[in-house]
Amino acid sequence: MKKILIMTTALTGMSFAASAQEVTVLGWGGAYANSHVQAYFTPFTEETGIKIVSVDADNPATPIKAMVEANNVTIDVASVENADAIRLCDEGLLEELDASILTPAPDGTAAADDFLPGTINDCLVATDVFSTVYAYDETTFPDSPPTTIADFFDLEAFPGKRGMRKSAKVNLEMALMADGVAPGDVYDMLETDEGVDRAFAKLDTIKDSIVWWEAGAQPPQLLADGEVALTTAYNGRIFNAAQTEGKPFKMVFDGQVYEFEGWVVPKGAPNLEDAKKFIAFSTGTEPLARAAEYIPYGPPRKSSAALVGNVHGTDIPMVPNLPTAEANLANALSSSNEFWADQDTELNERFNAWLAG
Amino acid sequence: MAEISSSAAGPAPGRLTTADGIPLKTALAAAEARARRRALLLVLPLLLFILVTFVAPIGQMLHRSVYNPSFPQNMPATVAWIRDAPVGTAPDEAAFEALAADLRAADENKTAGVVGTRVNYEYPGSRSMFTKAARAADKITPPFRAAFEDLDSDWTDPELWQAMRATASAYTANFYLAALDRTRDVAGHVVQVEEDRQVYVKLFVRTLALSLLITVLTFFLAYPIAHLLATLPLRHSNLLMIFVLLPFWTSLLVRTTAWIVLLQSQGVVNNTLVASGLVADEARIQMIYNQTGTVVAMTHILLPFMVLPLYSVMRPINPSYVRAARSLGATSWTAFRRIYFPQTIPGIGAGALLVFILAVGYYITPALVGGSDGQLISNLIAFHMTKSLNWSMAAALAAILLAGVLVLYWLYDRLIGIDNLKLG
Repeated sequence: MKKILIMTTALTGMSFAASAQEVTVLGWGGAYANSHVQAYFTPFTEETGIKIVSVDADNPATPIKAMVEANNVTIDVASVENADAIRLCDEGLLEELDASILTPAPDGTAAADDFLPGTINDCLVATDVFSTVYAYDETTFPDSPPTTIADFFDLEAFPGKRGMRKSAKVNLEMALMADGVAPGDVYDMLETDEGVDRAFAKLDTIKDSIVWWEAGAQPPQLLADGEVALTTAYNGRIFNAAQTEGKPFKMVFDGQVYEFEGWVVPKGAPNLEDAKKFIAFSTGTEPLARAAEYIPYGPPRKSSAALVGNVHGTDIPMVPNLPTAEANLANALSSSNEFWADQDTELNERFNAWLAG
Repeated sequence: MAEISSSAAGPAPGRLTTADGIPLKTALAAAEARARRRALLLVLPLLLFILVTFVAPIGQMLHRSVYNPSFPQNMPATVAWIRDAPVGTAPDEAAFEALAADLRAADENKTAGVVGTRVNYEYPGSRSMFTKAARAADKITPPFRAAFEDLDSDWTDPELWQAMRATASAYTANFYLAALDRTRDVAGHVVQVEEDRQVYVKLFVRTLALSLLITVLTFFLAYPIAHLLATLPLRHSNLLMIFVLLPFWTSLLVRTTAWIVLLQSQGVVNNTLVASGLVADEARIQMIYNQTGTVVAMTHILLPFMVLPLYSVMRPINPSYVRAARSLGATSWTAFRRIYFPQTIPGIGAGALLVFILAVGYYITPALVGGSDGQLISNLIAFHMTKSLNWSMAAALAAILLAGVLVLYWLYDRLIGIDNLKLG
């Protein structure tokens, strides 16, 4: 009798585990994760009954290598930057995703044609385009605010500390653009030693005034504390601080470096099929447009761009705040993943040496 | 015991035996072995736990610093060619044929990225050469050398082939070379890397120097505190002890952030200085996001590790020794130097060793308040673990750090003696 009881308990337990479908999503936390909850997770659970468990990491690409190598994959979907996705994909740490699982646009255009070029690759389906811009506190420069990327490096006209991300990526590109290099020539120039020297020379001009940040949440904090006068930051974070916390922060899109991020599935994900269902659902035209109303990261689908409405809960249109808005793209650079996949080691080594020197 | 009884029995004809005739010595040995086995069983869970959660992962991680099979596992034909060709041989048609065959296989198995990443550590910029060539592997036809040159002229660069040679054996010392700012040139000689890429040796030296400085600072701050705690009546000293322990129990992050609030240029200290007119508003002192910030925050955070061992050796010191010295004519300085101080040395040793070893491996505080010149070697280990994902490099750096600490520990044992350590 006792044995049967144990058996049945075990069986009900098992059937329970099988029926309670869930997908674990590893994200970035903060306002960005909130946009995911509102636009993707809640509607997905309502439609399919599959629960979403949301977990956060500083950079979700980091735990993937450790999980896959240890054969202990506990997440199904992760949100990672495209450069990381390419690297992890090349190392065989991600499941390959087939574009045919994605939902077509409302007018019937196949997903592969509806997504912007390059935003779907072997292992990644893009969810948004984000950008590194620089921002300042309006009250610091009331009369003649900075307007160009060159102003960021101009300590005379705009005195004060500068906040920058502690990494070679983006900083070198911005330094060259500030030095007068056209966005189209930046990566060609960085391929040469002279170009790299030139970028570091430009960074040298403000080196003593730089406060380095590492997490995306730091720059708004540094600005709010008055610790820096100007800082590079992810556009969504600054927008969020200005919008929801009423901070007098302004962004300068001149010289912005934009790239995209999206969903990947680690090799050996426990709920592969549901993970694919979730990816197909969340990268539909409608959810992508909704997400952009919560955080100003541009949707990667052509059909979504037209559907983006007002900033959630207000009557301010979101579109002018997206990095992909026409006006913001005048002097903008699309981050080159191939360049960084190749040069990451060498340039970061040099950057670390430059930093320590 | 057995030794004594048998020797006491000496040459006597009937040796000492137990009731059932077994020689006493054997019986005793058996009984002791049984007791030892039982004792071992008691500690076995802990031993296994330490092996599984501590020794094995660390060993595995250290193994990575000399072992990286990415290239030989995935490029067998090229490796075979490299084995047969002496160092410095220019790649011939056969070499490129082998390379083409390997890349075709790598394309099918999705391993070109792994191979490219590995070679990229030695020859920057080669990662995309491998991934691109693998993607185009089907279109590479004889003559192979010309086909590769069409793809990218760097394929015939002798330095690239030297890099492939370096990665061809799974066991390599190259990560240790890189961790010491060294590399191999085309001929295979060990040379220094270019000046603008030298960083690790500098950071090792800085880590040791700052750790030493922090240890000395904590000693000078902790000694009077511990003395006060040890000599005050118990009810007062207990209250003071809370002040030492309270920060000790507080989260590391909270304490570090508290220092940011205090020291930043719009922070409490600077605001007070400006308000009192000591410092002009535009000349606020930069006390954080640099070396000063790292030293101040770490000294504060590690202070309890010095206070507690010192307190534990000072508490039982009998005050009458110093009084006796004074009554015999010693000045207070002599009494301190000759009587009190020597009795506290075991506590100083323990505290200094604790603080120093903790400081050498400190990571979060320098990352948050160190800015650019307050970074320690641990921050670069973290960089290679989490950002560049070059775990072999991280392992090599960690192994050097570990070896350095062990050498210092050994020196400490030789100079002061580890038996003199008193942790409380």
